Amino acid sequence: MISKEEVKHIAELSRLKFNEEEIEDFTRKFSEVLEYVEKLKEVDTEKAEPMYEVNSLIQLMREDKVKESIPKEDTLLNAPDKEFGYFKLPKVVE
Amino acid sequence: MKYKTLIGLEIHVELMTKSKLFCGCSTEFGGEANTHCCPVCLGLPGALPVINKKAVEYCIKAGLAFNCNIAKITKMDRKNYFYPDLVKGYQISQYDVPICSGGYVEIESEDKPKKIRLIRIHVEEDTGKSIHSEKGETLMDFNRSGVPLIEIVTEPDMNSPEEARSFLEKLKATLRYIEVSDCKMEEGSLRCDVNINVVEESTGKKSKIIEMKNINSFKGVVKALEYEEKRHRELLSQGKDTVRETRRWDEIRNETVVMRRKEGVSDYRYFPEPDLVKMEIKGEWIENIRKNFPELPQEKKERFMQEYGLPEYDSEVLTGTKELADFFEKTSKYVDDYKQVSNWIMGDILRRLKDEDMQIEDIRFNPMEFAELLNMVNKGEVGNNIGKKVLKEMFETGQSPKDIVRDKGLIQMNDEEEIKDIVNTVITQNPQSVADFKNGKNRAIGFLVGQVMKKTKGKANPQIVNKLILEIIKAK
Amino acid sequence: MKQLKIIEISAKELAERIKSKEISSEEVIKAYFERIEEAEEKVDAFITLTKEDALKSAKKTDEKISRGEKLGAIEGVPVAIKDNIVTKGIKTTCASKILENFIPPYNATVVDKIKNEGGIIIGKTNMDEFAMGSSTENSRFKNTKNPYDLSRVPGGSSGGSAAAVASLEAPLALGSETGGSVRQPASFCGVVGIKPTYGLVSRYGLIAFASSLDQIGTLGRNVEDCAFILNVISGYDDKDSTSVNMVKKDYMKYLSEDIKGMKIALPKEYFGEGVDKNISERIRESARAFEKLGATIEEVSLPYTQYALPCYYLIATSEASSNLARFDGIRYGYRAKDYSDINELYINTRSQGFGEEVKRRIMLGTYSLSSGYYDAYYKKAQKVRGLLKKDFDKIFEKYDLILSPTSPTLPFRIGERLDDPVSMYMADVLTVSVNLTGCCAISVPCGYIENLPVGLQLIGNRFNEEKILRAAYAFEKNSGTEKILPDLRGEENEI
Repeated sequence: MISKEEVKHIAELSRLKFNEEEIEDFTRKFSEVLEYVEKLKEVDTEKAEPMYEVNSLIQLMREDKVKESIPKEDTLLNAPDKEFGYFKLPKVVE
Repeated sequence: MKYKTLIGLEIHVELMTKSKLFCGCSTEFGGEANTHCCPVCLGLPGALPVINKKAVEYCIKAGLAFNCNIAKITKMDRKNYFYPDLVKGYQISQYDVPICSGGYVEIESEDKPKKIRLIRIHVEEDTGKSIHSEKGETLMDFNRSGVPLIEIVTEPDMNSPEEARSFLEKLKATLRYIEVSDCKMEEGSLRCDVNINVVEESTGKKSKIIEMKNINSFKGVVKALEYEEKRHRELLSQGKDTVRETRRWDEIRNETVVMRRKEGVSDYRYFPEPDLVKMEIKGEWIENIRKNFPELPQEKKERFMQEYGLPEYDSEVLTGTKELADFFEKTSKYVDDYKQVSNWIMGDILRRLKDEDMQIEDIRFNPMEFAELLNMVNKGEVGNNIGKKVLKEMFETGQSPKDIVRDKGLIQMNDEEEIKDIVNTVITQNPQSVADFKNGKNRAIGFLVGQVMKKTKGKANPQIVNKLILEIIKAK
Repeated sequence: MKQLKIIEISAKELAERIKSKEISSEEVIKAYFERIEEAEEKVDAFITLTKEDALKSAKKTDEKISRGEKLGAIEGVPVAIKDNIVTKGIKTTCASKILENFIPPYNATVVDKIKNEGGIIIGKTNMDEFAMGSSTENSRFKNTKNPYDLSRVPGGSSGGSAAAVASLEAPLALGSETGGSVRQPASFCGVVGIKPTYGLVSRYGLIAFASSLDQIGTLGRNVEDCAFILNVISGYDDKDSTSVNMVKKDYMKYLSEDIKGMKIALPKEYFGEGVDKNISERIRESARAFEKLGATIEEVSLPYTQYALPCYYLIATSEASSNLARFDGIRYGYRAKDYSDINELYINTRSQGFGEEVKRRIMLGTYSLSSGYYDAYYKKAQKVRGLLKKDFDKIFEKYDLILSPTSPTLPFRIGERLDDPVSMYMADVLTVSVNLTGCCAISVPCGYIENLPVGLQLIGNRFNEEKILRAAYAFEKNSGTEKILPDLRGEENEI
């Protein structure tokens, strides 16, 4: 069973938060899932290579040509907050 | 107590490709905010990256210029972290298989060559930019998001701030030479993070490594390092230690300041980028790049000594940047006396550039016009000193020398008859000087020549003036 | 032959009748929207309907036809699009609050292809949030009901698309697969669903869940219709670096060729405990139908089958945790109203914007990739993936196809599995291996049990779509399985 502290740490890495009520239930369900995936430990993968891609392709690279960008209105279309043609946020701490 | 300083650099250089690393948006600097964007570089849901071949090529080029090993098979990886200027919440970079590894940059330290070893050079995408409004809000511009960068990491082989500066100068010159980047620190196309610590030689005690970011000039790098070096030595000598942290250089207060500390060590959760597949760098491709490699500074310097018969010092100065070397060569196409060209460039032109804090690319006249001026001096159309005045005008107005000379009536007076008249007048007006000269004060000639030059506004051919004065006095 | 209503005509047939001017495109669109108006309050398959745009497109199509202009392959045919495929100017939400008002400024490649061939988009279908789920219950907006029993789930995550096709609200639909999300709902709703080989269909514009597993799939009422639209959407796309550059195939061409001599494998692990006995029995019966058509059936073993699901959950969630990092309220989507600094903006936006299952998977993925765990979880899973692929490669050396049930159970009741995530994950146990190995597969209806649809799955090796299509088509035409249209109003219709 994973601890609440570890759950909180992963939540921080994921930029998520759970309040005190939620965290109990979440930790329980999360532990169940983790337990389930532990099953993989049974497999002997000593000699196995990780398979990150199924098709063994070699990358086709793009020529260095400029393509038209999308209009500024489209770029800012879904901006939750904007001003002077920029996306706006509360101050970011460096 | 003796201390040894250890400095390592991490440099990010923007590549001079026309389009971004993973999309076709323009990389042009200075466009209106958020006008060089598309779903890919904005990180819109559903967008996918497609890698720019030229960016990979430029990384290979840099690797070849610095004697690195080039990977045969390589890949991109995701570096996961949250920051508003990072549109996808991860940066596509390279983790364990960089395109280039090993290698070195050669600098001169205390008149001896020294190799600063590189660990790696890899390619990655740049982030957007933020500016702060007066209301204390952050405004984001994503034009820069997705621009290709190479990251160059050195071993801590530099042992003084000066060596760090030499390294940066050499790096910049070489990268500009091979046309991979314009390395303009003021425009952000070259960014440098530094790591420094100090070792007490007798005990081997090391201070904790300090990282410094956001320095915007080579001068700043040197000053920041000098400050830190001193601070580390002082702390160690007092039996204390530095704290492992990130600092920034405060130009106004002339000191380093702790940056807001980040929460814990970052866990970037690197994993291979699943939206891209492996890249093959075939030997053929590398050979092709090598074949088309532009001449590097060292080669060019040697060639200048050979081809133009210039001394080593001149060749070193003239090949300092590719642009300067090109300017010299273009001018020398039209002028026979290469040393003259060299002297004028090293003297008058470079001095002016230094005073005005300009680069040779910024001047208002071109090599052909410069050659024209030199030839006018050689042919005696204008005197040497007048020539220098004309050059000054050329800097200021960009007019051609022929036009300037014509407009200002600066053509050298070569007509002996004309000059004779003025010489006679001056001699008549200055009997004391004539007497002095006759009495053995040879310097009096200089005064008389000066008077003639004054009357002719410098236009009289000095050799002829000299000759005539001597003739006329001797005749008297 | 009984005169069919417009909405009962197959997509391919519809395209022909529109071309030959038997029916007008406008009539077709009107008929479908009439049906949607009837059925939606019961089925709730759509998040967004685009009636105005569809009618405009229909008018244009009719004008093109009257002018005798060249027509596209699916000219005038309505298509429903799963709401994780971006459509320019049309809200695309992934059934999530975090994208509830997101209007993409661009089209997915498959959408462009459909439009270029004259297809008419009628709406965006409901799904599990960010395609994470097997019942469409994880949608933040609504539950879609199974047209065959409104108290049961339509499957997921492409539940809306499957239900729309099943209830005659659309002749064709696009869905997406990461672990079975086209095949399983196809099975639950009694329609045909294809999961193409990884790299056959462009992912550009498919809002990513797990990049190395995602593929856009097609749903239709019969095999031919699915092949029909697969022809339109498949093909190399230079905007997708994982797209495969190969000669484009015509999937309709050899559809009706016989399957004599085809070798079909039955993996025993796909019929074991955990699979409803009645379903196993039904599939074995169907296997006999293949034998009658000249194919041979042989039992085989895929020993790594039991590890496929945990393997899938580690890889998919790891990639997802990274793919969903872009949802931060900065450039688009939902932004929390309450925050005092940038960190709070991130945390509140994401915590409020994402549903529970999405958060759970992001957490699992982050954990799997985190420092100290990467080798034991993510890398280990990728190694097991390699072993699984070897399993399949070995089988395909000897056999043409693999046959199995699509789903281990009949459609379950709404709410039944919400409190037990692992039991929900089990719904994918027979489908995930296909995604992990990049193979292609099709789910085809093979009758009803307790009046609920059952689907059988045919799996083919990578880029062997023709084989699975041919076999599925042969089965469909010859197995004698009757098709019953879903009872939304208590009336029974028979074709």
